[in-house]
Amino acid sequence: MRERAGAGPLPYDRYDQLGPLMGLMTGDEKHGPAATSTLDALWVLYDRVLRVSPDTAEAPDRDRFLLSKGHGPMAYYAVLAAKGFFPVEWLPEFGAYDSPLGHHPDGQLVPGAEIGSGSLGHGLPLAVGTALGLRAQGLTEPAVWVLIGDAELDEGSNHEAIAYAGPAGLDRLHVVVVDNASASYPLDGGIAARFAAAGWSVRTVDGRDHDALFAAYTAPHPGRPHAVVARVEPKEA
Amino acid sequence: MDTMRERFAAVTSRLLDEDPRLAVVLAEIGKDGFDAARQRHPDRVLNVGIREQLLVGVGGGLALTGMRPVVHTFASFLVERPFEQVKLDFGHQGVGGVLVSAGGSYDWPAGGFTHMAPGDVALMDTLDGWTVHVPGHPDEAEVLLRHAAAAGDDKVYVRLSVQSNEAPRPVDGSRFLTLREGRAGTVVAVGPMLDNVLAATAGLDVTVLYATTVRPFDGAALRAAVGGTEAADVVLVEPYLAGTSAAAAGEALQDIPHRVLGLGVGRRELRRYGDMAAHLAAHGLDPASLRGRIGGFAGGFAGG
Repeated sequence: MRERAGAGPLPYDRYDQLGPLMGLMTGDEKHGPAATSTLDALWVLYDRVLRVSPDTAEAPDRDRFLLSKGHGPMAYYAVLAAKGFFPVEWLPEFGAYDSPLGHHPDGQLVPGAEIGSGSLGHGLPLAVGTALGLRAQGLTEPAVWVLIGDAELDEGSNHEAIAYAGPAGLDRLHVVVVDNASASYPLDGGIAARFAAAGWSVRTVDGRDHDALFAAYTAPHPGRPHAVVARVEPKEA
Repeated sequence: MDTMRERFAAVTSRLLDEDPRLAVVLAEIGKDGFDAARQRHPDRVLNVGIREQLLVGVGGGLALTGMRPVVHTFASFLVERPFEQVKLDFGHQGVGGVLVSAGGSYDWPAGGFTHMAPGDVALMDTLDGWTVHVPGHPDEAEVLLRHAAAAGDDKVYVRLSVQSNEAPRPVDGSRFLTLREGRAGTVVAVGPMLDNVLAATAGLDVTVLYATTVRPFDGAALRAAVGGTEAADVVLVEPYLAGTSAAAAGEALQDIPHRVLGLGVGRRELRRYGDMAAHLAAHGLDPASLRGRIGGFAGGFAGG
């Protein structure tokens, strides 16, 4: 893990500061809709829910956030920069040869990023293993969060993880599915039903409503993993 | 004598008692051998059902929390089916673990090609930094499994098979052993190929090296062996895809003119059942076939 370069700016504490931060990143416009779809879901997580900061990024009992939907990571980088995980000055170099910030994030290069992602369908299985590993070490407090996209949910590896985690009762595991209707064969309500059928706790919310996201994120779910389906405007709209 | 798989379950169960960092991840296959260990360590003996992508991903996730995962199923389902998980969920994430396969190239010949994985080591060869152990005897499997479990955060692949030599050798988890010295050339026997190679080279004036850790490839041992022979002629005899280690041997010998013959399992799908002996013969890996192929290389390795 790379050290933070210098002290960096003070953390940003307002949502409206994220837009200008995202504006510093250019060169991956094809993934623009994917980037903005996750912005509110990420902000509410990092601002109000996750117990992790630049100072605790290596602490064994930190909460883990695994960005599985690694394409269009500009919102993720903006939030990490806003929270001080790395300097805002890194953002304009997005995608450059010497930049730690690629068009898909590399967990070995980006301070605060738990995993490298971009190939769809890896984050949730890794999160299942992370939850199991924490439990085996007696670390029952940390929450494990993973963010996936609705089309990413097509990947069979996710179905293996969903079908296992429910019956296994992994109640420290949390999934945010950002649903911008980008799957080719959607079934209305199908995402929530899929998790529910596997024994998960499920909430479906407006993915732009910060209070609704917070309420869904923090809903009690004893004995069960928890999925939040965050619906945002369709990708093609 | 137990099989390598039985030894794997027994040894790993004991290691789970000794090392709290260790965890075993299974996908139904092999779970009976871990029943007692699972009773003692329910959080560290994990069975994810028939889900091989999840199997490997869970191994990577465990490693992300600082644990040392031992991930086991048949080679076809451990290396081939979830290959991208092996590539990304360990190497790309910067974590290690121990993959332990069973089934080898044709341990269950009557089971057919769905359960054969002669290409597993060649596939692992496309990735960086994996140690590959190919034991030739259950006692060697135990030694190499202990090495693998204790190897920090290294990435280690252990290939178990029911193919076995009669007697174990004192393997150390890194070096090739010199079992015979000759002047006409060098034969490298990998794991369970050793007995057939020794039988095939009886009376030939060749050096025989025994390799059970094939990655990293012990190029120094090969160079030393070749330095003691009249011609830099090398035959590799591997229990998986023919020529898998040819590039590694070539790299070890790149500064001297040399020739390498890679013997092993052919690419062509046999579509035959039967038993192990029939498959060894079909791929030219029985003692008589090996003697002809080795003896015919470099004008006959004949000699003494």
